[in-house]
Amino acid sequence: MSQAKYKVTYVEENGTAHTVEVAEGWSLMEGAVKHLIPGIDADCGGACACATCQVYVAPGWEDKLPPKTDMEETMLDFAPDVRPGSRLSCQLRMSANLDGIVLNLPRTQHA
Amino acid sequence: MAEKIVIIGAGQAGAQAVQSLRAEGFDGPITMVGDESFPPYQRPPLSKAYLLGSFERPRLFLKADNYYAETGCELILNTNAKAIHRAERQVELTDGRKLAYHKLLLATGARVRKLKCPGADLPGVHYLKTIADVDGLQRDFVAGKRIAIVGGGYIGLEVAAVGAKRGLDVTVFEAMDRLMARAVSPDLSAFYAAEHEKAGVTLKLRTGVEAIEGTDKVTGIVAGGQSYAADLVLVGIGVVPCQELAEAAGLGCTDGIVVDQNARTGDPHIWAAGDCTRHVGREGHEIRLECVQNAIDQAKHAAYSMVGKPKTYSEVPWFWSDQYDLKLQIAGLARPTDTLVRRGDPVARKFAVFHLRDGAVAAVEAVNAAPEYMIGKKLVAEGKKIAAETLADTSIPMKQMA
Repeated sequence: MSQAKYKVTYVEENGTAHTVEVAEGWSLMEGAVKHLIPGIDADCGGACACATCQVYVAPGWEDKLPPKTDMEETMLDFAPDVRPGSRLSCQLRMSANLDGIVLNLPRTQHA
Repeated sequence: MAEKIVIIGAGQAGAQAVQSLRAEGFDGPITMVGDESFPPYQRPPLSKAYLLGSFERPRLFLKADNYYAETGCELILNTNAKAIHRAERQVELTDGRKLAYHKLLLATGARVRKLKCPGADLPGVHYLKTIADVDGLQRDFVAGKRIAIVGGGYIGLEVAAVGAKRGLDVTVFEAMDRLMARAVSPDLSAFYAAEHEKAGVTLKLRTGVEAIEGTDKVTGIVAGGQSYAADLVLVGIGVVPCQELAEAAGLGCTDGIVVDQNARTGDPHIWAAGDCTRHVGREGHEIRLECVQNAIDQAKHAAYSMVGKPKTYSEVPWFWSDQYDLKLQIAGLARPTDTLVRRGDPVARKFAVFHLRDGAVAAVEAVNAAPEYMIGKKLVAEGKKIAAETLADTSIPMKQMA
């Protein structure tokens, strides 16, 4: 059983870019953790309980993402340095229409 | 010569320690010893999405497969530590190997408390702590089967929720007079009891288990003097810290390996972190925490201290539990003497209970209420004083209380 994989580029705050493949259905947080991308802490492991996996979705990709749930919206309210394009990467699932997505990472996940 | 660090235990705390040691600049060799056959993985999903079948095994692992090799951490799995020789600074493993260390971290975790009653060893009696446990349970976890759950705590109730969803006939036996009595306030116990009953789960409170029935496998359970038919049993009655290794080495242990606010034991070369420890909490008294938060934060503090940059561990404990579509999030440690303030309406399945102590927010329990949890956690950290009427007033947004 082989799963479809799509490309994601994670860009660290210092500009270092990491382009990796993430399996369909996995969260973009899991993709970062599995590929040792620095800058995603994901303390709770993806339960939307900690807001330590914030990313800034690059312009042009926001519309392809599902809308934020109430839970994500409110968790994000209290993440550090929230900007337009901020999402919790544990709530974003990899799919074909996200192939090539670019995610910028914040300086820190802890306020 | 580079210092060598040995970590006993390959769980959440062990994995965090490796990550934090590297992040703090330690570049010497690390060896991690674990008694399971897997590298460190997340335990919380085991009783939730992994049991439900909506979360595949590869997603449980905390790190990429090549992480340990890449970072220079040798993983020794399927192996336990047998003894710590403190004078020689060596750990002796069950396979006879001896590992020399400059610094040692004990991240041995906890093990399930076993049921002690007639029939407790029968096939069909399950516990839930490891991947192997869930895989064993999974074989019997089939629609139409009758599952008797012993213990109405987090594990028991999460399994009950998954069982109800998967079409099992679920009965929960709890010796206390309410659910999750050790973890949540009475308001929440009542709310969760109603939710479970709505989902078709039978709750037997004030009902201690006396025996498991069956000859070659489970056929029933005796509780409160009555016999109930059952095809399988899941026991969730808590955990006990794995402290024997530390104890045998003469390190201080009192229901947990005793550590200070830098995760240090009484031996200057030995630290301990996670479920296995007892430490002086931010409120100034000794506590033993069984949670991901403590594993992560205490392991970080162990790493800070090991590299000579100690900081005081004073993070607010937090916990969560998923049952049905209810997300329970808790921050802080409640006490029975706290003043309780409810915000929101349980009927709307979105509410919180704040715990006030001397007028300050000491803990918050939030159900499907992220703002109450997130702001509440901040208020707990700051020990902020807020009037009960203000907290209870849902026309005032949580943001304005920060």
